[in-house]
Amino acid sequence: MATDTMTNQHVAAHGGHDDHEHHDMTGTKMYAFWVYLMSDLIIFGSLFATYGVLHNGTAGGPGGKDIFELDFVLIETFLLLFSSFTYGLAVLAMHKDKVKQVIGWLVVTFACGAGFVGMEIYEFHHLILEGLGPDRSAFLSSFFALVGTHGLHVSFGLLWMAIMLIQLSTKGLTDMTRPRIMCLSLFWHFLDIVWICVFTFVYLMGAL
Amino acid sequence: MFGKLSLESIPFHEPIIMSTVAVIAIVGAALVGWITVNKKWTYLWSEWITSIDHKKLGIMYFLVALVMLVRGFADAIMMRTQQAMAAGGAEGYLPPEHYDQIFSAHGVIMIFFVAMPMVIGLMNLVVPLQIGARDVAFPFMNNLSFWLFAAGVVLVNVSLFVGEFAKTGWLAYAPLSEAKYSPGVGVDYWIWALQISGIGTTLTGINFFVTIMKMRTKGMTLFRLPIFTWTCLVTNVLIIAAFPILTATIALLTLDRYFDFHFFTNDMGGNMMMYVNLIWAWGHPEVYILILPAFGVFSEVISTFAKKRLFGYNTMVWATLAIGVLSFIVWLHHFFTMGAGANVNAFFGIMTMIIAIPTGVKIFNWLFTMYRGRLELTSPVLWTLGFIITFTLGGMTGVMLAVPAADFVLHNSLFVIAHFHNVIIGGVVFGMMAGYTFWFPKAFGFKLDEKWGKRSFWFWLVGFYVAFMPLYILSFYGAVRRMQSYANTEWQPLMIVAWFGAVLILCGIACTAIQLIVSIRDREKNRDVTGDPWNGRTLEWAVSSPPPYYNFAHLPEIHSIDNFWEDKQKNQGKAQLADPEAIEYKDIHMPRNTVAGPVMGAFSIVFGFALVWHIWWLVGVGALGMFAAFMGRIFNEDIDYYVPAEEVKRIETEHHKQVEMQA
Repeated sequence: MATDTMTNQHVAAHGGHDDHEHHDMTGTKMYAFWVYLMSDLIIFGSLFATYGVLHNGTAGGPGGKDIFELDFVLIETFLLLFSSFTYGLAVLAMHKDKVKQVIGWLVVTFACGAGFVGMEIYEFHHLILEGLGPDRSAFLSSFFALVGTHGLHVSFGLLWMAIMLIQLSTKGLTDMTRPRIMCLSLFWHFLDIVWICVFTFVYLMGAL
Repeated sequence: MFGKLSLESIPFHEPIIMSTVAVIAIVGAALVGWITVNKKWTYLWSEWITSIDHKKLGIMYFLVALVMLVRGFADAIMMRTQQAMAAGGAEGYLPPEHYDQIFSAHGVIMIFFVAMPMVIGLMNLVVPLQIGARDVAFPFMNNLSFWLFAAGVVLVNVSLFVGEFAKTGWLAYAPLSEAKYSPGVGVDYWIWALQISGIGTTLTGINFFVTIMKMRTKGMTLFRLPIFTWTCLVTNVLIIAAFPILTATIALLTLDRYFDFHFFTNDMGGNMMMYVNLIWAWGHPEVYILILPAFGVFSEVISTFAKKRLFGYNTMVWATLAIGVLSFIVWLHHFFTMGAGANVNAFFGIMTMIIAIPTGVKIFNWLFTMYRGRLELTSPVLWTLGFIITFTLGGMTGVMLAVPAADFVLHNSLFVIAHFHNVIIGGVVFGMMAGYTFWFPKAFGFKLDEKWGKRSFWFWLVGFYVAFMPLYILSFYGAVRRMQSYANTEWQPLMIVAWFGAVLILCGIACTAIQLIVSIRDREKNRDVTGDPWNGRTLEWAVSSPPPYYNFAHLPEIHSIDNFWEDKQKNQGKAQLADPEAIEYKDIHMPRNTVAGPVMGAFSIVFGFALVWHIWWLVGVGALGMFAAFMGRIFNEDIDYYVPAEEVKRIETEHHKQVEMQA
């Protein structure tokens, strides 16, 4: 570059492609995904705050104590936690370059995740049938919004996982699919952590 | 089939709106005709619309911002005209339901679709060059961000002639914005325009944060970052932390309006103050998202034209960080009257006053940079001087508002309006105009006309004072904001003065438009082939103007702040010219253009429009379209390529020849 005053001294040292800028894109993607997760956490933070403010706004309707079924939610929780474990096994398999194992564990993870979402839909459906939908009170609005947003995230995770299953079986483990599996892993564990908070602050503390 | 949409949704009976639509249609048709006649569609598509080049995206952001400035200003002068007329029983020319839409649209447009794209546009153009990078970390996402932003712009403008816009004020306070009190589609336009463009902004925040953290060139430690990049870094952190709150808040309001939830309703346990808290928990950081990069611009301008290193670089950085942190713990000062109690109000009042300290540090840094410098009074410097005085004044009225006891008197009065225009015009607008003039030659290779630039500055400066000082005075007489008409005729003379101020600002905007035309006409006269028209200090001036699409043929290595300037000093003040024949060039790895970005943006318009009008099948079409385009993107493996070394050499040699010829 003509007006460049800084680079000329070390120009001749390299050959071939300019590997100086050929930095680790996987690392950058993971870093960016962490940053995204932090921003997503703030969405959940806003919803938790809203739930905190509105959970007493039952408008004469039922409160948490009256509607939460802890046994049911506990099974849901274990399904999600178990799916995080199986996702971890998928990542371990990826590090050993075993595509079939990765696919296998992802299928198990998908099944658990789908079970979780299915149970949540059942719970919501059940409440709505009883006339306890989100339009009943501000408490139920904030409950449906918080738990539903988490459920929506899990559903997006499932969609993403389905796409990864397609890409893994057609492309295998490549520079393109590997970072995606890693990011989805972060996403999946992140949703677990958020769920722990939902379980504690909404269900456990609500049922007490 | 068409939801709530019918032919009656188009306001045929409103002559003001219909004539505006006619003008837009004529100008639009002329533009489309011109592009077609000159066969520029392919060029437009391949060089701009699908471009992932941060410099081109920056230019597009700024261009949209300038167009929207005209739209936002049209709203402003209509309001000033109305208030100059509607005294003592007179109704003026705007009925309340129209007037309310105008002040809402004015605020929304000026903040989201003028100030934000100006800031993000400059950031796009400058930051990768300043840190010695070839593009941002995620070029495709950058293109997508732009098109999501553009979708928001389209939705706001569509609301002008299909349906209506919100009549709720720019933040759509609940419960006024609930379905019960705002049953029309105005608030829905507000919701979807902001939701879609806001997601684009969040993506931009993540993208640039990662770019600055991960893509800096060799030797560019954090404390060697140019100040503009520093302020952008903090702004991006604020975007990442604040915009999700906006996304969540708007989503909750959406649930209230569309599915009968009860977050912010009066009844069923809802809490309207929760809305106000949430929206300002985003809204207050938002004003710092806008002003911090403006501070960065002033820092670059002052040290360049005073030919001195910025005074107190470290304190400038720490002041920026301090403001960034404090911006999250002052939101309650927007509604001291909520009745949170004396202790809460005292906390937020004191936190607000504390922000004046790091801001004061900055003011002194700029003053001391000028001190004993050889300041050239170019138009960027004029904007900066105008800023220092105006912003200091606006800051002082801000500290007055931070006193809760005083705020109970001033709340919702014209004092608030005068205060925030004082800091936004004096800070953000002046800053963006300074940055526009300063980096225009970097983007296009020729300078803007100085004479018209200075005229624009003087009109804006004088116009601002004439327009807003009367509002401070009026507020002491009890004039409140958002008045369609008022009874007290004694206010009218000052309202007319304020109207005249708006006319002066109009002249300032006209000067900027003329400046652009004149500069393009005289571009050969103002051409700069060196790439360094102002004797600059930072890396963006080390490359040609406009820079080659790969920015740097070799990534530079730096050893100090203002490295480029220091190297010039070692070489009799001139940039060292390296002979391209003697340099070995290498292939450069670059991303390809994207079709997915603009396609997703287009479908997001369909998606948003369909949601506004409850056309559910069309919502599905929009969502599917976005999804399909995104799938196309993630299954595409041909997303990058190598620029051959010979091509790099050809471009660099050509630039070298031009510089030699001029020398």
